[in-house]
Amino acid sequence: MALSSSSFLSTPSLPNSKSTISFASSVSPAPIPSLRRVVFRSHRREMTVRSKIREIFMPALSSTMTEGKIVSWLKTEGEKLAKGQSVVVVESDKADMDVETFYDGYLAAIVVGEGETAPVGAAIGLLAETEAEIEEAKSKAASKSSSAAVAPSPPPPATSSPAPAISQPAPVAAGSDGPRKTVATPYAKKLAKQHKVDIGSVAGTGPFGRITASDVEAAAGIAPSVAPPPPPPPAAPTATTAKATTTSSPPLLPDSSVVPFTAMQSAVSKNMIESLSVPTFRVGYPVNTDALDALYEKVKPKGVTMTALLAKAAGMALAQHPVVNASCKDGKSFTYNSNINVAVAVAINGGLITPVLQDADKLDLYLLSQKWKELVGKARSKQLQPHEYNSGTFTLSNLGMFGVDRFDAILPPGQGAIMAVGASKPTVVADKDGFFSVKNKMMVNVTADHRIVYGADLAAFLQTFAKIVENPDSLTL
Amino acid sequence: MQSAFSLSFSQSSLTLPNRPLCSPNAAPRNLRFCGLRREAFGFSPPKQLNSCRFQVKNRRIEVSAAAGGNGAPSNKSFDYDLVIIGAGVGGHGAALHAVEKGLKTAIIEGDVVGGTCVNRGCVPSKALLAVSGRMRELQNEHHMKSFGLQVSAAGYDRQGVADHASNLATKIRNNLTNSMKALGVDILTGFGSVLGPQKVKYGKDNVITAKDIIIATGSVPFVPKGIEVDGKTVITSDHALKLESVPDWIAIVGSGYIGLEFSDVYTALGSEVTFIEALDQLMPGFDPEISKLAQRVLINPRKIDYHTGVFASKITPAKDGRPVMIELIDAKTKEHKDTLEVDAALIATGRAPFTNGLGLENINVATQRGFIPVDERMRVIDGNGKLVPNLYCIGDANGKLMLAHAASAQGISVVEQVTGRDHVLNHLSIPAACFTHPEISMVGLTEPQAREKAEKEGFKVSIAKTSFKANTKALAENEGEGLAKMIYRPDNGEILGVHIFGLHAADLIHEASNAIALGTRIQDIKLAVHAHPTLSEVVDELFKAAKVESPASTTPQSVKAAV
Repeated sequence: MALSSSSFLSTPSLPNSKSTISFASSVSPAPIPSLRRVVFRSHRREMTVRSKIREIFMPALSSTMTEGKIVSWLKTEGEKLAKGQSVVVVESDKADMDVETFYDGYLAAIVVGEGETAPVGAAIGLLAETEAEIEEAKSKAASKSSSAAVAPSPPPPATSSPAPAISQPAPVAAGSDGPRKTVATPYAKKLAKQHKVDIGSVAGTGPFGRITASDVEAAAGIAPSVAPPPPPPPAAPTATTAKATTTSSPPLLPDSSVVPFTAMQSAVSKNMIESLSVPTFRVGYPVNTDALDALYEKVKPKGVTMTALLAKAAGMALAQHPVVNASCKDGKSFTYNSNINVAVAVAINGGLITPVLQDADKLDLYLLSQKWKELVGKARSKQLQPHEYNSGTFTLSNLGMFGVDRFDAILPPGQGAIMAVGASKPTVVADKDGFFSVKNKMMVNVTADHRIVYGADLAAFLQTFAKIVENPDSLTL
Repeated sequence: MQSAFSLSFSQSSLTLPNRPLCSPNAAPRNLRFCGLRREAFGFSPPKQLNSCRFQVKNRRIEVSAAAGGNGAPSNKSFDYDLVIIGAGVGGHGAALHAVEKGLKTAIIEGDVVGGTCVNRGCVPSKALLAVSGRMRELQNEHHMKSFGLQVSAAGYDRQGVADHASNLATKIRNNLTNSMKALGVDILTGFGSVLGPQKVKYGKDNVITAKDIIIATGSVPFVPKGIEVDGKTVITSDHALKLESVPDWIAIVGSGYIGLEFSDVYTALGSEVTFIEALDQLMPGFDPEISKLAQRVLINPRKIDYHTGVFASKITPAKDGRPVMIELIDAKTKEHKDTLEVDAALIATGRAPFTNGLGLENINVATQRGFIPVDERMRVIDGNGKLVPNLYCIGDANGKLMLAHAASAQGISVVEQVTGRDHVLNHLSIPAACFTHPEISMVGLTEPQAREKAEKEGFKVSIAKTSFKANTKALAENEGEGLAKMIYRPDNGEILGVHIFGLHAADLIHEASNAIALGTRIQDIKLAVHAHPTLSEVVDELFKAAKVESPASTTPQSVKAAV
């Protein structure tokens, strides 16, 4: 890279060069030539460009410095800069230094991200004189970073997957009357800025409805920071390969590939591991579905789905057996949940999510179906809000459509029970008089937390559920 | 360590209350933080022996004077030679020095011995900060990994942390009390007030006379109007040090020493913090360069945000299911700017002198914003601008420099004067420290202050700087973040100020403060040797980096011997 305008470069070098460690400089009354100013040079690749987009260069902070590491950008892209303000912190071979700008303008683009290194004189960012030029500068930066080998731009932050799959129910927000302004905690604001999340669009689940760090993390689709740390990386390449293979994991088969978890997969993984600490048991129950199937045929044209029917039935049964809708969080007490929120597991591309049908016992079948369609749509487009996937008090999982006749679900942490529904199949049954007949039967299997739900509780609940399904008229009331 | 040590020996010492102790008190101008050093040394026999041997020659006369001295006042017409009102660190320092000088001394305390520093200030806060420093380290996965250490999730027990702080305060308070008892200082219980010249009342109606009186009543947390302190959700440092709760989100009003230290404690224990600062910049009062770096290390990466240039005009505690509400107004225009809703608020807006009910009207002294006006020798000035004879005021109550060790130094200075040796304390040689992680310390002038002075007096100012990144010991500890800065005169090598931000900065500052106190010039001290590798080389590096025009004034002994 030709340093065509080297006159700009003459200012920033430090006056002293003798002392190897410290930079003692005689700063007597006369204004000192700035110790640490950004090096700029006007961008003039095209003669006709009127706009003033300046490159910000890696300054030489000491006579021995050949490259510098960006410790942190003190300004974000698009932020206004005033002459003399610190813009970026650069770590040289000797010290961290704040680098100031010589010009007023806007920090249009960051070319070298935090933690990356660039040689002295390389462009680390772009400064636009006016707001209008920011876009232009950005496109330049894009072409620059793609071509610049020394300074790969950081990967765009993942903003895709909206949700960890099965999460803890959100703490119930304190009742607040009337519209109120957004309240976000300091760390939540920091995270939002870091992950470029619009804090205004995040739903707060903290005390008094405030936005907490975990809300922002959920909105940004990143695993909570409290997630268990990744295992330590294998030791740095050692001289002998024999030493390197002492790690405990078995060697990979040839041509195998290792794919790191996505945020959603990490969340699922974390929840599944957590579930191991809960003592669970399972109770199965065959349910006759002839009446339900008949009802389904009738209401299907009105947009009612089987999921809504099952969720409604479960909700109504839960209303009669509140203990199954309870949860145990601390191992010391029951929490009887005030609402019956049925979470329904849905497979979506590359993951699993549990949209929640709130108040499944109270909403009528048609509203419930409508709500369900809306939730599934949101889930597919990754638009679910945290309260729409983490407020469940009971989970329903249905694999019947795949022909599965029975299965066994893992209880999500924070809930009392989960229902696994198999396919409804014609089954030969003998009645009490010895007559054989063929009825549609489906196997329902419930997994529950035995600390709070006991065998008889679950059996009674299933009996109620079966009764509702076998006499489904109450579902449409 | 020292505290525990002294405690175990205190019993045996108590049996000989009037025995003059061969303590290292002979260095009265030593600035000791909270006066702990002397009291700890005084009871530890091994050190005692050491100091005796060291000082036996020039101590003999003083020793006999002290032996006869503390039994009876030297002037028979008074009950005491010296009465001190307030047994905080300032009063304690003065009392010990007075006994050493042979004065019959009494100290009056209306609350608990030890005052703010020991009971509600520097001492318990150091206990909390010791915890926060360790938590911070254990939680910093990256830091641990770089050592090759693996630590599973660190947690804490709030009550255990709180107990550590209160136990420390109790221990130090006992040490302080015992040290005075052992020397025969009369500890008089009750609130003290001045009845008239050389006359003091304490408790209900006990009147004593004294040749000289020192007021050392200290200060209390200052709470601006509009703020309702309930002690639970809106608190001052007095409450915060008990650590009765660790709120999820706490607003700290004021970003000085107290606010900063508490932000360090709270964020390490898991709280998020919002600073409210009336001035345009956080950490006013620190050297600008230091506060800039400190902000980058202590504020920006932590779960802290801030509002500057605003006053908290109204703070209401949490009640009726509402959080703590804070009204913010612009510091200049007084317009409403924002309303914050947080779980708790800590008021750290400074401290107000505790001078009410001192009977100052009896001697025609008018306080200024509560502070007692004094001259450079701590002599109290009355309403007519005249000195009140035999009356002195030290410490926070005079507002000159509100630091425990400054109070103690002022007290010692007063005792020097009343025992016939004129003494003026150089406040610019008193160091100050903020015990965040890493610590901040300073002595003398800041760079802008020095430049202003230089302009007025027509001399040149130079700056020497060094980074902790260049220090072997700091790097071994993985604590390379830090900066030391010295402001000096290149013409004669005078140190004007030193500012340190980095690992153990509070301990490193004393080489510089001693040099300022003793008038040592850079060209001389730069030849002194520092053990390698130690953090003290950071300061050594500063001295060596300075470019002084004058040659070394004397040839140090060691150099001579080597030749």
